[in-house]
Amino acid sequence: MVEDGSIFSQLLVDRLNYFIYIILLLIGLWAMIAKNNLIKKLIGMSIFQTAIILFYVSIGVKEGATIPIYLPEHDPHGSHLKVDVNGSEKMLPPEVLESSLVPGYSNPLPHVLMLTAIVVGVATLGLALSVCLRIYRGYGTVEEDELLEKLEREDARNTGRPRRRRPRRAPSEKAVATEKLKSGNPRPRQSRTNRKGAKAGSSEGTRNDSTKSVTEKRKTVRKPRKKTSPKPKEDNS
Amino acid sequence: MSDHIVWIVLFPLMGAVACALSGALSKKLCYPISVISMIASVWASVHTMMQAIESPVHEISYILGGWSLDLFPRGVGIEFRADLLGALITLVVTGVGLIVTLYSKVPVQRETPGKEPMYYGLFLLQICGLAGIALTGDAFNLYVLIEVAALTGYGLIALGSNRAAAATFNYVILGTIGASLYLLGVGYLYLKTGTLNMVGIREVIEAQSLYDSPAMQVAFVLVLVGILIKMAFFPFHAWLPNAYCHAPSTTSCLLAPLVTKVMIYVMIRMVLTVFGVEFSFESTLWTEVMPWLVAVAIVCAAVMALAQREIKRMLAYLIVAEVGYMVGGVWIYNYYGLIGSIFHVISDACMTLCLFLGAGIILEKCRTTHFDGLRGLFAKMPLTMIGFFIGGFSIIGLPPTCGFFSKWYLITGGMVSERWEYMVTLMFSTMVMVVLFFRLIERIHLAVDESGKNLGKGHGDLGLTEEQTRFDEAPLTMLVPLLIAASIVMIIGVYNQEVVDQIEVFLRAYNLPTGVSYK
Amino acid sequence: MSTAAVVEDIRPLIALLAPWAGMIGIIWAGEKRPNLRELFTFIAASVQAAVVLSLVPIILSGAVVEFHIWQIFSYVPMLLRVDGPGLLFACVASLLWIATTLYAVGYMRGLHEHAQTRFYSFFALSLSATMGVAFSANLLTIYFFYEMLSVSTFPLVTHMQDKEARTGGRTYLGYLLFTSLCLLLPALSWCYVWLDGGHLTMDFIEDVGKVGHFSEATQIVLLLLFTFGFAKAGIMPAHSWLPGAMVAPTPVSALLHAVAVVKVGVFCVYRVYADVFGAEVLANMSGEEWTMVIASATIIISSLVALSQDNLKRRLAFSTIGQLGYIVLGAAIATDRGQGGAVLHIAMHACGKITLFFCAGAIFVATGKKYVSELRGIGRKMPLTMGAFMIGALSVIGLPPLGGFISKWYLALGALDRDAMWVVIVLLISSLLNVFYLLPVAVTAFFRTSETENDPSFKEAPWSCVVPLLLTAGGCFLLFFWSDVLLQMVGLNP
Repeated sequence: MVEDGSIFSQLLVDRLNYFIYIILLLIGLWAMIAKNNLIKKLIGMSIFQTAIILFYVSIGVKEGATIPIYLPEHDPHGSHLKVDVNGSEKMLPPEVLESSLVPGYSNPLPHVLMLTAIVVGVATLGLALSVCLRIYRGYGTVEEDELLEKLEREDARNTGRPRRRRPRRAPSEKAVATEKLKSGNPRPRQSRTNRKGAKAGSSEGTRNDSTKSVTEKRKTVRKPRKKTSPKPKEDNS
Repeated sequence: MSDHIVWIVLFPLMGAVACALSGALSKKLCYPISVISMIASVWASVHTMMQAIESPVHEISYILGGWSLDLFPRGVGIEFRADLLGALITLVVTGVGLIVTLYSKVPVQRETPGKEPMYYGLFLLQICGLAGIALTGDAFNLYVLIEVAALTGYGLIALGSNRAAAATFNYVILGTIGASLYLLGVGYLYLKTGTLNMVGIREVIEAQSLYDSPAMQVAFVLVLVGILIKMAFFPFHAWLPNAYCHAPSTTSCLLAPLVTKVMIYVMIRMVLTVFGVEFSFESTLWTEVMPWLVAVAIVCAAVMALAQREIKRMLAYLIVAEVGYMVGGVWIYNYYGLIGSIFHVISDACMTLCLFLGAGIILEKCRTTHFDGLRGLFAKMPLTMIGFFIGGFSIIGLPPTCGFFSKWYLITGGMVSERWEYMVTLMFSTMVMVVLFFRLIERIHLAVDESGKNLGKGHGDLGLTEEQTRFDEAPLTMLVPLLIAASIVMIIGVYNQEVVDQIEVFLRAYNLPTGVSYK
Repeated sequence: MSTAAVVEDIRPLIALLAPWAGMIGIIWAGEKRPNLRELFTFIAASVQAAVVLSLVPIILSGAVVEFHIWQIFSYVPMLLRVDGPGLLFACVASLLWIATTLYAVGYMRGLHEHAQTRFYSFFALSLSATMGVAFSANLLTIYFFYEMLSVSTFPLVTHMQDKEARTGGRTYLGYLLFTSLCLLLPALSWCYVWLDGGHLTMDFIEDVGKVGHFSEATQIVLLLLFTFGFAKAGIMPAHSWLPGAMVAPTPVSALLHAVAVVKVGVFCVYRVYADVFGAEVLANMSGEEWTMVIASATIIISSLVALSQDNLKRRLAFSTIGQLGYIVLGAAIATDRGQGGAVLHIAMHACGKITLFFCAGAIFVATGKKYVSELRGIGRKMPLTMGAFMIGALSVIGLPPLGGFISKWYLALGALDRDAMWVVIVLLISSLLNVFYLLPVAVTAFFRTSETENDPSFKEAPWSCVVPLLLTAGGCFLLFFWSDVLLQMVGLNP
């Protein structure tokens, strides 16, 4: 089945590392796009980055090579501390290896690069997870479809676009409470009146009330006036 | 003496640490610390620019860690290389950073109270990352610094409201995909050439004639697609409008002028310095395909900007269109197009800064940036409006602002390469921008509402209360940076020849077709 | 032409900057001190006129005055140069600014207009841009000031700030910016890029005729791009902005039609025809007659449309479009006398048309009437106004001893130089049409009928509106008698 030179042989034998990392890459990419849960998207992101790390490490593989630390027989100094004729001590840089000895050592550079990349990946993951936490506290969900719906409603509210005539689904008690406390977002019911003048998408509740007088339209006549005091601007999640 | 180049990056770094630590003492210390470290950074970048101009090879090179080039081949140490392009971009980054830092006092206090140490820490780290991107001469170091800039950017946006945090998630996903693709491309480059130093890679490509190597072609595609995602080139732009619109105003003032422009600098650096002119332009098909993609990008972005009813979102889509200009300027493959592209990077940073500063002030004073809330602002905040509309006229391309000159070079480039699709879309989007900004002027200036009905009592009465039209300018810490940015827009326009001279010195090292028998 | 002596002098720059200084004074005086504010405008206008007039002797002696502002590109400077046609245009603009300011004071105060500070400031800026166009020495400089004029007249056109102003402003700016950004800028760029030897400055003296290196097709395309790109010249179909801009107050209309905007447009077109292409290149271009045809069509069509307009200002707007066509036609005729006649017509038409607009505005201020059909018999109560209207009308029609005769005479002579008899016929027909749509207004104003004899709304306009229009009417006479000086300025020997 797996003859030399066929496509399978090329993929699965000669270039196995590339094949595997590409599969992992695609799995990660698919997860980032297709999964609904934000945490699963982040797992996909992590898989994506890990695939790349795998790629780098795999290209650094060298058959029959040892770790890139000088073998004692190749390092004539033993210790780099040299005592001079005058008795003063001097540190010497490492001896440069002869070129014939170099293939015996594996290349440290891909590993070094990937240590850095792992750190970057961890930082990204940590930051993304805290953003997820913030989203959860603010919107009460980490499912993308629910989140998008909530965001759409909030955007429509805040930018004064004509609302779609559908009954507002009351968010859960907990979500309302956390919204009010943590984000300072105006409660859905109250800010219905705020057609124009709200800062688009911001959690600040104050509006430019006086613009209502300028644009007396069908929309603003409907609801009674909302209290005008500014909301506390606490965003401490 | 030539280690000023490192100080450009080190001052903000130290400032960030100082800010984060000083938060324990007093939140009010963060602003002065940031301003001082930014001033120091600007001074260092001016010094580096002067040195780069005066040096015989027109570049300053500094190997971190002392791995000098005499003893070790290129690529053992990480090199910071400030040639004229890098020095210009660094100057822009630090200059814009200083202006936004000065501006940030009031908005940061109002929008993210209590979080100043974290905010300013991330802010300075962001500038550190962006300046590092402009200075580094090592491909992997570039990845690290791209991620530094990106991560701090994510943090800066997410520090705002919940809506901003929701917008950040999308940005995180897309940004990580982009940076990881770039990393993958660097992996292929290292695989084939054995070095990570930018100049070193090109030397190996030329020495071993790797022009048709499939690995290098793959590397090229991966690197450039990664960068295109990070610079919000249509259709990878989806993260940008939400992220910049809902972010705190200071964040958008910092990120909007700089991040996408620095990524375009990275693209130019990859195309010219790493892969070389012969590889990028002659051995790939990008010069045939990209101008068409750019044309689609510009038209779509311009049309989407027309549909917006809110200033910051409109400006975000304008950024996407401007990115299209600059990418197109590179890929039409001629000398004037590249001059135009590089000059547009500089001028677009300044004019976007102007616009976002103005939008931030409008947000601060009027609590809204929706078009309906803007009536009467010419009377209320005349100086802010002057600053804002100087930025607007620069985007339209009216002389003598810098936007006219960058459009001039881009049109010249398009003509020389006979890229009519690029030129037609450039003209079309210019008209769209005229409509955008004059529509804004109409909203502010005329006593007519959206549906065309007259408001007020005629004779110029806008139907507003006396309180709304009273002169109530922005606080000085916000107004003065805006006016400085507006005057920079004009100064860069009038003195454009000085800047273009340096760009030309940089570009002469590369063999680009000029199309006309030039001097 | 390139052998003229060059005098370096800062006076062109002073003429340019005087309105800016005036603007600072206007803003400083503000709404609280209107008399001081108006005084600043007069001072700025007088300084500008004095500086411009002081340059006349130098130009008449055959030299040109230059001032180098800034090297904007390494290959193109922003350069001011005063030569005959430019100085003639500048004289007309600056002198008429004084008259318009006097008129505007009466008009704006008479109607208790709002935002007068803004009005006077942007008026000053527009005049500065006009001076810039008049004194530009190369294509790029003239483009800069052309754009500056578009932007600085926008607040004037939308002065009333209502629905009509919005529509008018959109039409105005839409036409002007669309044509200048989409037609003019590519044409400009093409000239700079594709000429042999790299970048030429497209200087109006040194680089005349170099466009001839292009292929014939390119030349005619460029010519058309320039003609329509300078949409302020009102060549059909890029003319609709002019009637649309009539929503502005009458002083602005006077500025648009007579002092600045359209004159800038046709002056730019003249410069392109005469000093970028040059008479020899134009004469040898095969498709060049088409521009003459387009200009002639503009003249005839607009005159016919003017016949049908009842709104007086719209009638005058279409009349202006026709008169601008004369100037473009003269430039396109590409003979010395034709092009000289074109520049002369800038001056003559400015004087005549501004008189007509002042009269229309005076009628509106005094009686509130806008339509020609309502004006029967009004001359009895407004003899000065309608008398001046008659004089302005005769000047536009082109009868001696008024200025308009000289310019039309030279246009006809220029056409005959080129054996283009049909152009003379066009001139005659259009003059006849001018008679039909202008004279009836003046003549019936003096007829009395039973209904209108005792109309109480008829009364003479305020003196500060009447004095300027008498001055400009007198100017129409003076231009006739001083025509030899003017002819010398445009390089034709009388």
